[in-house]
Amino acid sequence: MMKIRKKLVNEDEMAVLVDSISKKILEANPDKKKLAIVGIHTRGAVLAKRIMNSLQKISGMKNIPYGELDITLYRDDLSSSGHKPVIKGTKIDFDLNGKTVILIDDVLYTGRTIRAALDELVDFGRPASIQLAVLIDRGHREFPIRADYAGKTIATEKNDMVRVRLKEIDQIEDVVMI
Amino acid sequence: MGNKDWTRKDLLGLEELSEEEILTVLDTAESFKEVSTRSIKKVPALRGKVVVTMFIEPSTRTRTSFSLAAQRLSADVVDFSAATSSLSKGESLKDTALNIEAMGVDIVIIRHTAPGAPHLLAKVLKASVINAGDGPHEHPTQGLLDIFTMREKFGRIKGLKVAVLGDINHSRVARSNIWGLKKLGAEVIACGPSTLIPSTIEKLGVKVSYNIDEILPEVDVINILRIQLERQQSGLFPSIREYTRLFGINSERLSRAKKDVLVMHPGPVNRGIEITPEVADGKNSVILSQVSNGLAVRMAVLYLVSGVTRSSE
Amino acid sequence: MESILITNGRVIDPANKIDSVMNVLVENGKITSVGNKKPNADKVIDAKGMYVTPGLIDMHVHLREPGNEDEETIASGSAAAINGGFTSLAAMPNTEPSVDNEASAEFVYLQAKRTGKANIYPIGAITKGRKGVELSEMGQLVRGGAVGFSDDGDPVQNASIMLRGLTYSKMFGKTVIAHCEDKTLSGNGVMNSGHTAMTLGLSGIPGISEEITVHRDIALAKAANAKLHIAHISTAGSVELVRNAKKKGVSVTCEATPHHLTLTDEYIKSFDTTFKMNPPLRTKSDMEAVREGLKDGTIDVIASDHAPHSSEKKDVEFNVAPFGIIGIETILPVIMTELVNKGIITISQAVEKLTVNPARILGIPKGTLSTGADADITIIDPNYQWVIDPDKFKSKSRNCPFAGWKVTGKAVKVIVSGKVFENT
Repeated sequence: MMKIRKKLVNEDEMAVLVDSISKKILEANPDKKKLAIVGIHTRGAVLAKRIMNSLQKISGMKNIPYGELDITLYRDDLSSSGHKPVIKGTKIDFDLNGKTVILIDDVLYTGRTIRAALDELVDFGRPASIQLAVLIDRGHREFPIRADYAGKTIATEKNDMVRVRLKEIDQIEDVVMI
Repeated sequence: MGNKDWTRKDLLGLEELSEEEILTVLDTAESFKEVSTRSIKKVPALRGKVVVTMFIEPSTRTRTSFSLAAQRLSADVVDFSAATSSLSKGESLKDTALNIEAMGVDIVIIRHTAPGAPHLLAKVLKASVINAGDGPHEHPTQGLLDIFTMREKFGRIKGLKVAVLGDINHSRVARSNIWGLKKLGAEVIACGPSTLIPSTIEKLGVKVSYNIDEILPEVDVINILRIQLERQQSGLFPSIREYTRLFGINSERLSRAKKDVLVMHPGPVNRGIEITPEVADGKNSVILSQVSNGLAVRMAVLYLVSGVTRSSE
Repeated sequence: MESILITNGRVIDPANKIDSVMNVLVENGKITSVGNKKPNADKVIDAKGMYVTPGLIDMHVHLREPGNEDEETIASGSAAAINGGFTSLAAMPNTEPSVDNEASAEFVYLQAKRTGKANIYPIGAITKGRKGVELSEMGQLVRGGAVGFSDDGDPVQNASIMLRGLTYSKMFGKTVIAHCEDKTLSGNGVMNSGHTAMTLGLSGIPGISEEITVHRDIALAKAANAKLHIAHISTAGSVELVRNAKKKGVSVTCEATPHHLTLTDEYIKSFDTTFKMNPPLRTKSDMEAVREGLKDGTIDVIASDHAPHSSEKKDVEFNVAPFGIIGIETILPVIMTELVNKGIITISQAVEKLTVNPARILGIPKGTLSTGADADITIIDPNYQWVIDPDKFKSKSRNCPFAGWKVTGKAVKVIVSGKVFENT
């Protein structure tokens, strides 16, 4: 069992954060028809589904294209990481060309995952733009990457661990520092 | 499900793999199948890795499949041909492999006429060794891609009835199929002329039949092996004509099989000998799916072994 | 030459039915007394707790000289023999060139004499160049020192020529030693036919290829009324054939190797070529039948079939590696550990099969501690525990399947015609 040092977001706040991200996305993108949602495995994909539902509820749009990325094969530490992680699979079965892709992950930290995700995304086509939405931005970037939409920005120490826990996977709903 | 950590530096055969390990390869291969559908059919997983294909026995299609798989993972691929190499100048396999490794190779894919040649390399090399067929011993990636194709069509392996038809004695494909299928719970029937079926094959939990017509109605899969013409020349069966008459799969025979029976063949096909062209190209044939699945399976194997070095064993 | 008294040892001399604590006196290279008296001598060897046996004889070795001196020479083979407790060896003729004439037999003798360690007796070829076509000059070979005839690994396939060889050898009172294998059945086989070979995809050498030839050669020996010795018997069927032939009074003897008595074909699972030899390792039930034959006397001799090969030749693909393993330095500890100490045969049975029996078959004046005999003596520490390490062998080759085995028993002193060698 992991030891929780601090609770950063509780269950009620979580829904509020998802809705606020969705609203910001809609405000920033008047051409709603071009929107597409792509979540990064594993928790980013769950959040992406929630944001998609929230977007559809707020805007009344239907069938926003949705995809999932497994960035394992694009990781920059793959050759040094020893035993290969299990691949969960990438699924992008819509045409990416000309889309405004909202890339979604749970926590933005060093930026390396996002770098990998960007590399993988462009192998599927040429989107009009890619924007980044994260639930938590905890700082300590190692790459020149920033979030276009962040649910919450939290000051952390470099070696702090921030965990987003979601009901679909973790049977509990919160964000904690351990 | 197959989500166990892969811990093997080498893939030498299916005999030593557990059910979980086989499932890990199959599941990983599912993910890699998707890569071939992208507009850019390439991922950077093995960027900077060097893969050498060392085919001491010629095989264009297996070599191409491995090369393409390695390239789709962004590895650098070098072909080593025995005809143009020092092996033909009397250098031993071990020395040749050590020399190749000294050039910084990460993965050696070897096809050899001698059973155990990949095992010899695996013992001396730090690099990963993948067996691409060692004499009549094993051809693990062919076994895996056959099983992958069966699972794709039926959604399961457990309980399937699979006939492996032909020269079981000299077939590495038969052996790898038998090991893998038995571990995953399929029923396997070895069928062919009695001179080409090993006398102890039943010890592997395999049934034996010398009559294809007897077993055809009950099987879900017929995996047809290529008949090597030199076996006839060495007197193991009387004539190609008689073989075709007794064991060749034609439409008339197939009409007595289950409607959704899967017709498989590892290639290259001797059309008109072990299988007629109508059957090879017919609706039950998955011969071309086997080829495309082979790519995904080989990508999966390359990806998995590349994560295991001797020190992390 | 100084006289030697070996005291307090357990003297095991099956030829004279002796097995008790006694003293052995050696004078001028000969045994002059065996008994309870304690005569004076220049040198006294206290053998308390040791076995004192006639010098061991390995009647089936390959010494590679001339031809492949990088793998073994008569000198290195002799040193290995002493290290393994052996005072006499019979060397097979498959050198390059073959021992198929007087001069080549004499060469073996002279080289052994120069070395001054073990006695080496040449076996002459049955046919010229061991090609199975024309008989070799057996009479000249005997003059050169040959003590038996064999084409060994290239057995005479033509039954008519084998019959002639048996018939002709009778003139000299020598035994024909047969490696029994029908090459049309063993073909390009590299290990025992059976389940292990099937799973490994390796071609098999079936047991019947040996048995058919054992059967043939027994019939031929009976017809010729000649002396036949079957080399390295490996299958249950062969043991049974020899057992029945002996009952019917055919003049047939046979030998088994330590590896066929202790290993099975399952050891090949990892394609390790140190388990590749011909005849190949067989199944467990074959191994048990060979052990039974050893126990009931069907098998007269234990011999190593010491076959040195360089690691360059052995460290290759299994099917291209040469057949053969070394064994002269492991035969005694393996037999003591796996057969004597496990109660399968007694120590005096083991000594009999390593001394007097091979001496009788070859017709050499060795293998006993009788008064007046050459003072060839092996002193064995039966409690010496060690781990087999081929790097410590005196043999030039390392192709040993017993590497790493923990064994008990070692020949600590070896005396050849009164000359004492200490094994450390």
